[in-house]
Amino acid sequence: MYRARLWSVRHSRGLEIIYNAVNPALLSILRGINKIFGRHLDRPVTALEAMTKGFLFDCQMCGDCILSKTGMSCPMNCPKTIRNGPCGGVRENGMCEVKPDMRCVWVEAWNGAARMKDGGAIKDIQFAVDYRDSGSSAWLRLARNG
Amino acid sequence: MGKPTNITAEYGLNPGDPLPQLAGHVSHGRFERVLRAGHFAITTEIAPPDSADPDEILKRAHLFDGYVDAINATDGSGAHCHMSSLAVCAILTRIGYSPVIQVSCRDRNRIAIQGDVLGAAALGVTNLLCLTGDDVSAGDHPEAKPVFDLDSISLLQTVRTLRDEQRFLSGRALDTSPSLFMGATINPFVPPVENRVDQLAKKIEAGADFIQSQYCFDLDLLKSFMAQAVDLGLTERRFILIGVGVLASARTAQWLRDNVPGVHIPDTIIHRLDAAKDPKQEGRNICVELMQQIKEINGISGIHVMAYRQEKYVADVVKRSGVLGTRQPWAPEQMETSIGTVS
Repeated sequence: MYRARLWSVRHSRGLEIIYNAVNPALLSILRGINKIFGRHLDRPVTALEAMTKGFLFDCQMCGDCILSKTGMSCPMNCPKTIRNGPCGGVRENGMCEVKPDMRCVWVEAWNGAARMKDGGAIKDIQFAVDYRDSGSSAWLRLARNG
Repeated sequence: MGKPTNITAEYGLNPGDPLPQLAGHVSHGRFERVLRAGHFAITTEIAPPDSADPDEILKRAHLFDGYVDAINATDGSGAHCHMSSLAVCAILTRIGYSPVIQVSCRDRNRIAIQGDVLGAAALGVTNLLCLTGDDVSAGDHPEAKPVFDLDSISLLQTVRTLRDEQRFLSGRALDTSPSLFMGATINPFVPPVENRVDQLAKKIEAGADFIQSQYCFDLDLLKSFMAQAVDLGLTERRFILIGVGVLASARTAQWLRDNVPGVHIPDTIIHRLDAAKDPKQEGRNICVELMQQIKEINGISGIHVMAYRQEKYVADVVKRSGVLGTRQPWAPEQMETSIGTVS
């Protein structure tokens, strides 16, 4: 939801605190689930992730979540899916060149990052996503690989 | 790699042949040599024709003879279809010009792009500019599928992998790596203005050797941007070229500002064009003044002149600005060149 997405960026610091507090627990729960159920619960877990992150960030389920490094603004909402933005076409009023009614997700990202404690991570270079992970759960991937 | 020096000395160089690559250089191109020698460089761009006629390109390039160090060939700019940048560059290298191939991420995925990068180098192209590209909705084929598999920074990393690690992204080894002088773009004039220098830093970290900027019509913004870039040490060993434009009238300026994403033109420029008796002349005067003032700013290595449909005035503005001093960029000796039209 667009309005929720803007709210999330405005509250990026709070979300960062929640993320840092909840993330280790979430990952250990997912590791436990993985141990017991294997891949049998992948679909409901993925659906839960899509629902919560979909509501808060308009998450596109790229499978390679970097929200904590992009000021809680999901880069996959950029019409060019730029992972290292913004592009040079941002309008003078900060709106997207392609969708004039949408705030540039990367203007939002830099704003969000400025509010966060570890916002400097936005300066890390992100290589293009692995297209095979599209639609899969970033949580499960982290739980299994982390 | 270039040819052994003794052969060059013995036979001389055909303008279409690659120069020997100098120590510390990443390409064997003239453009890199000019910049690394500390000269103030001039680049411009060719709008590729809506035609299959190669002579059309040579005619356009000829307009810049003796005034520019490299010529960018745009890649479907504004998401409009034209002759490909790769083809334009390949035709230009035959005569000895130093083209900059522009690679946009809009139309090709990483498989196609890596193939084109190798092909460009094989055809004698030594400079490559990495762009994300305009969205398809900006052009005359809005129904096309946008690709955007990579973005400009991922593209820089990809080309660097090919060049410096001599392998594809997949890891598969290359027999010969492409010697390319890598460029990227910046637009310090649009939001988020305060973070644009961070974007520059990222592009340099990703491997950019040179930078070409969007149109600069606002010197105050440029000065503060450059001061930050110099403070961060970004201008050492990297070369920043600032874009300037030749405006034909107040109406053109207004249209550019309203319709071309990322073009920032202050009202003062538009008023000045509006008040001028000869707006075309005034547009060139503005360009000349900007060039002179830009050259004075610390950390700038050159100017990129974008004169869409005003190409015939590029030589004039460069000459009048005097930014080249006494240096005359390379030009082919004679231009009776026709490489034959297709029939």
